[in-house]
Amino acid sequence: MSKGLSNGYIISLKNITKNYGNIRALQGVNLDIRLGEVLALVGDNGAGKSTLIKVLSGAINPDHGEIIVDNNVYGKLNPALAIKLGISTVYQDLGLVDTRNVAANLFLGREPVKFGFWLDKKLMAKKSGQLLKSLNVNILDPNRMVGQLSGGQRQGIAVARAINQGGQVIIFDEPTAAMGVNESRQILDLIKDLGQQGYAVIVVSHNLNHVLEISERICVMKQGNLVADLVTAETNPSEIAHYITGVQGFKNLQEISS
Amino acid sequence: MKKIIDKSQDYFSQILLGITLLLAIILLSSLSPHFFTWGNIRNILDQSALLVIMGVGMTLVICTAGIDLSIGAVVALSGVCMAVAMHSGIPVEIAILIGLTAGTLVGLMNGFIISAFNINPFIVTLGTMSVTRGIALIITAGIPIYGFGAAFSWLGKAFTWWGSGHIGPVNPPMLIGLGIALLGAIILNYTKLGSYALALGGNEEALHRSGIATKNYKVIIYGICGFTAALAGLVVTARLNTAEPLAGYMFELDAIAAVVLGGTDMKGGRGSISGTVIACLLLGVLRNGLTIMSIPSYYQQLAIGLIILIAVITSELRFRNTLSRSNA
Repeated sequence: MSKGLSNGYIISLKNITKNYGNIRALQGVNLDIRLGEVLALVGDNGAGKSTLIKVLSGAINPDHGEIIVDNNVYGKLNPALAIKLGISTVYQDLGLVDTRNVAANLFLGREPVKFGFWLDKKLMAKKSGQLLKSLNVNILDPNRMVGQLSGGQRQGIAVARAINQGGQVIIFDEPTAAMGVNESRQILDLIKDLGQQGYAVIVVSHNLNHVLEISERICVMKQGNLVADLVTAETNPSEIAHYITGVQGFKNLQEISS
Repeated sequence: MKKIIDKSQDYFSQILLGITLLLAIILLSSLSPHFFTWGNIRNILDQSALLVIMGVGMTLVICTAGIDLSIGAVVALSGVCMAVAMHSGIPVEIAILIGLTAGTLVGLMNGFIISAFNINPFIVTLGTMSVTRGIALIITAGIPIYGFGAAFSWLGKAFTWWGSGHIGPVNPPMLIGLGIALLGAIILNYTKLGSYALALGGNEEALHRSGIATKNYKVIIYGICGFTAALAGLVVTARLNTAEPLAGYMFELDAIAAVVLGGTDMKGGRGSISGTVIACLLLGVLRNGLTIMSIPSYYQQLAIGLIILIAVITSELRFRNTLSRSNA
């Protein structure tokens, strides 16, 4: 567990607001993220899920609100700062460089160097092998070009890179969207594992079955608002679907339980 | 054995190009007794060195999926700056430094405009090409500056040495070419800068999301390209003992052709310095051989153009093949 977290949350979002012209993408969202918990973010297209995780990963700046990480308050992040603060993201498009090899992708932005400039390719290859093995990603040669690998292997590399960035928070944007059945299975098991290992995991997904299986907590977004914060064990698909589509009132189990 | 085959796959275009170079040398040697003589080989190396120097910087830029059309004009501007500096009595070494700085600044400016305003490198460097050429013409009023030897005799010698001096059997341009090629290969293969250059050409957004300051790296890479072009300016100016505001005309296209012939992908992400060097030598050998065999220059143009086209098509088809085979 991280040190000095007065409230037990690694990240707290306070009143995050973002407008795109007339479109109110986020209307004052509050969200707390806990270590060791898989949190699923669900909602219809345009509900604000992507915008919210982009705020977290530093890809976009919110108009208002605060991002509190380890008790430090930020008005906005950028990708470099987010990674430095321990927030890594596995994007839906994976963000891999197809023309570079596995090791180069795994260490993108944090390459080990000798004498201050010389790339330690040996170390990169060795560590890549270890990392992929520990994640059960089956890649024989870390010198292969990423563009030559299968979809599942590529996702494995994207996840491994996020872990290799050394943070405690990992965001998954639609991890199973473009995956086959076997590959989805693998990534879902991996996400559950990460939660058990103590990472704070945020998963954006459209697939309610997957969400119910892997998450401890489900947050529903609708029209830029967080409309429900549910404990997975105490909810069911129809209740979630109601929040996604319907007009039921706000139900915050955290408020009720605290 | 498998490892050797795998490796040879990685270096396919270099190996193919090397074999072509070897065949060309054997063929030309058998066709002309003058071809395979040290005097002639020296001549080829001397000519190719200039292209290698510019080609290294251009390789780095093209790896990022960029282009630099301004290098020919930078050749002229850096030479003009050196000449003006020397004529005003500034010592040779410092004059050279001024010329190299001027060229590097043009490169850095290219990189800055491209990354700060996110504008297509083709358009930006087309603009700076004209601006740079214009400045060279304005400084000289369009008239070549020559005769460093006559004006400052020992200074002039120290300067022209850079173009036509002797170091044992070779000359300074060849050594500069060799040094720059080695440096370029180290940068591209063994440093973050080179790794990011290749990655920038592959997926710039991925680098940005990984927290890499992509803009800074781009500025540095274009700066290096400007520097190598300025070095070429030094060689050209010293060799001719003249700073010509129209020097280096269309050099950018020769450099781009050599880089692409060497297996570097115009779309970025793939490239090699060794390929560029072999391509420069091949172009040098062909031009020289065709001249020796007194084939009219019209045919030379045609032949070299065809070779570039064939090489690029082969390399592209092969690359697509590798990708589709492994995805199946």
